[in-house]
Amino acid sequence: MDLSLLIIQLLNGLQLGLLLFLVASGLTLVFGILDFVNLAHGSLYMLGAFICASLTFLFGNFLWAVLVALPITGVIGYLVERFVARPLYTRDHLDHVLGTFGLILVLDTLAHLIWGPAGIAVPLPAWLDGQLQLGETLVIPTFRLLIIGAGLAAAAGLFWLVNYTKLGMLIRAGASNRTMVSALGVDIEMLFALVFALGAMLAGLAGMLVAPITEASIGMGNNIIITAFVVIIVGGIGSMKGAFIAALLIGLIDTLGRSFLDDLFKLVMSTDAAETSAPAVSAMLIYIIMALVLSLRPQGLFPPRTR
Amino acid sequence: MKKLAVAALTASLMASAAYADSVKIGFVTTLTTGAAIIGKDMQNAANLAVEHLGGKAGDLDIELIFADDGFAPETGKQATDKLVKQDNVDFVTGYIWSHVLLASRKSVLDADKFLISANAGPSQIAGKLCDEDFFSTSWQNDQTPMAMGEVLNQQGVKSLYIMAPNYAAGKNMVTGVESTFKGEILGKDLTKWGADAQLDFSAELAKAKASGAEGLFVFYPGAAAGAFTKQYHQAGLKDEIPLYSVFTVDAISLPKLQAADFQSVLGSRITQAWDPSLDNAANKKFVADFKAKYGSYPSFYAAQSYDAINMIADAVAKVGNTTDRDALRAAMKAADYGSVRGDYSYGNNNFPIQNFYLREVVADADGNWTTQVVQTVFENHQDSYAKDCKLN
Repeated sequence: MDLSLLIIQLLNGLQLGLLLFLVASGLTLVFGILDFVNLAHGSLYMLGAFICASLTFLFGNFLWAVLVALPITGVIGYLVERFVARPLYTRDHLDHVLGTFGLILVLDTLAHLIWGPAGIAVPLPAWLDGQLQLGETLVIPTFRLLIIGAGLAAAAGLFWLVNYTKLGMLIRAGASNRTMVSALGVDIEMLFALVFALGAMLAGLAGMLVAPITEASIGMGNNIIITAFVVIIVGGIGSMKGAFIAALLIGLIDTLGRSFLDDLFKLVMSTDAAETSAPAVSAMLIYIIMALVLSLRPQGLFPPRTR
Repeated sequence: MKKLAVAALTASLMASAAYADSVKIGFVTTLTTGAAIIGKDMQNAANLAVEHLGGKAGDLDIELIFADDGFAPETGKQATDKLVKQDNVDFVTGYIWSHVLLASRKSVLDADKFLISANAGPSQIAGKLCDEDFFSTSWQNDQTPMAMGEVLNQQGVKSLYIMAPNYAAGKNMVTGVESTFKGEILGKDLTKWGADAQLDFSAELAKAKASGAEGLFVFYPGAAAGAFTKQYHQAGLKDEIPLYSVFTVDAISLPKLQAADFQSVLGSRITQAWDPSLDNAANKKFVADFKAKYGSYPSFYAAQSYDAINMIADAVAKVGNTTDRDALRAAMKAADYGSVRGDYSYGNNNFPIQNFYLREVVADADGNWTTQVVQTVFENHQDSYAKDCKLN
């Protein structure tokens, strides 16, 4: 096996993992702390991508578009919390699922009405559109490095926010015992709305980062939300650390599976059989991992200490 | 009670009278998900065909009913069942996706309706599963990549890396190019497909580059086309491993790529059975009116849909009713309805025997990106599965 190919695939896996983390972190915050199942989290990812795409054409600059689109997705997240999620908090999980599944259909159709069925290709500024020569045969698109950088920065920021700020303290306290926190005079509804908006911004950021690679398209969120649920189940629901490690794990496993599984299979079976079975197995790989984790550690790899 | 029965009887008589005066065509395509852009193009072309025909097939009114397959075989089959059983259509056409067509074909053919594929051409239906009531106004999946394989030979490409989605048509495309390409295949990837298709090809592109192949053959229709083209461009592979694609760079993806200014797609080459620049009266009228009405070039999906409606209407007009199935079948088999691709004929499996062209992406006089014919690769080419078909 070629070493530089392995390094490139590791970087690709890292990039996919960080994107997954951005989506999964919001999901795990909302699911773990608010005890609310938000299937429509992927729609916020899609809206982030579409809003950023429109703004890119408006401003003519991708980075400005991201900076403006972030607060907009935060506001949309706040509105979703206020008008869809909040009335459902006291209901059980099935109602959450039904309500947010309906929201997916509404938002997908809304995107269809506003932006049309075509999807939008997002142009990048020239300095992001090239490749970086890291070694003799090691070349990686600049923008993918930017995704890795932005993902790591967001993860670090989130870690700091949750563990070292007053807001983070309140979030953790609200997760442990929301009645006690509100009895102490903290506006718990406002706090939950903020958490929801934060989750929306993180998912939106992931959508914005992925739009120049794939494109903004209807239903793009529904693809990633399933993988994001796999991530938080493997990582332990409600655990930020678990989401981070599981996201990187899933990203790497998925990428490396797609890259090297057929070569691996060729060692034990015929070329034809390997070429037919490898794509099927690599598509299943992350679910196999999830099943393994669920059977050995049903609470996930890093369950939060208090619930 | 008696009055009611009489009223019901009258109503049903009137309803059956209405049947006799119209031809009902069901049109199954993708109207939701990211692939809806293709379905929209086909819908536009079908509506334009009906408009050009004045809404009539001879003396019969054309009634066109669209249905959404949701980019999934099970949904497509449901939509087809509804058209056949509830709407009682005479013809079912459309079908972008091979797996949707394969899942739906039995519903149509068992009900003794005609099935006209306006795009999908899976090998099974060209071979063992061929049927006298099935016609294609497109091609058999393998043919277009076979033409590309021939082009690669002509250009002296010695080794190739292959990428395609993992479903019926993707596999046919790979078989097609492998059957004519004489050089070495250094590797291939079949990626996840469907409503949750894989759209990030970083791992596969890295492998393709590391393989050292002289060319990269891909098949990525619909929304995946834009994603693939951009990532190929971002990875800077244009000079490292030149791209040879089928059904990927088309009138669906080009406007988007132009809006985002992906210059590297200009000059790329693709094979196809139809092109907007083909010089015949039907095609000129179709392309000009389509552009005037919808503001963009028609895609090959649109051209084939336009042909499908015209073929049905022409056959019905010649026969004068929708009940004489032998006459309708013979009329369609003649393929003399004036296709926008020019003259072609039908093989024993009812797939076209037609020319395949090499096309190049260029900017037209108004600066819009489109394609034009460079050369004819195959003349009157028949698919390789026709011999497995029992029909004569």
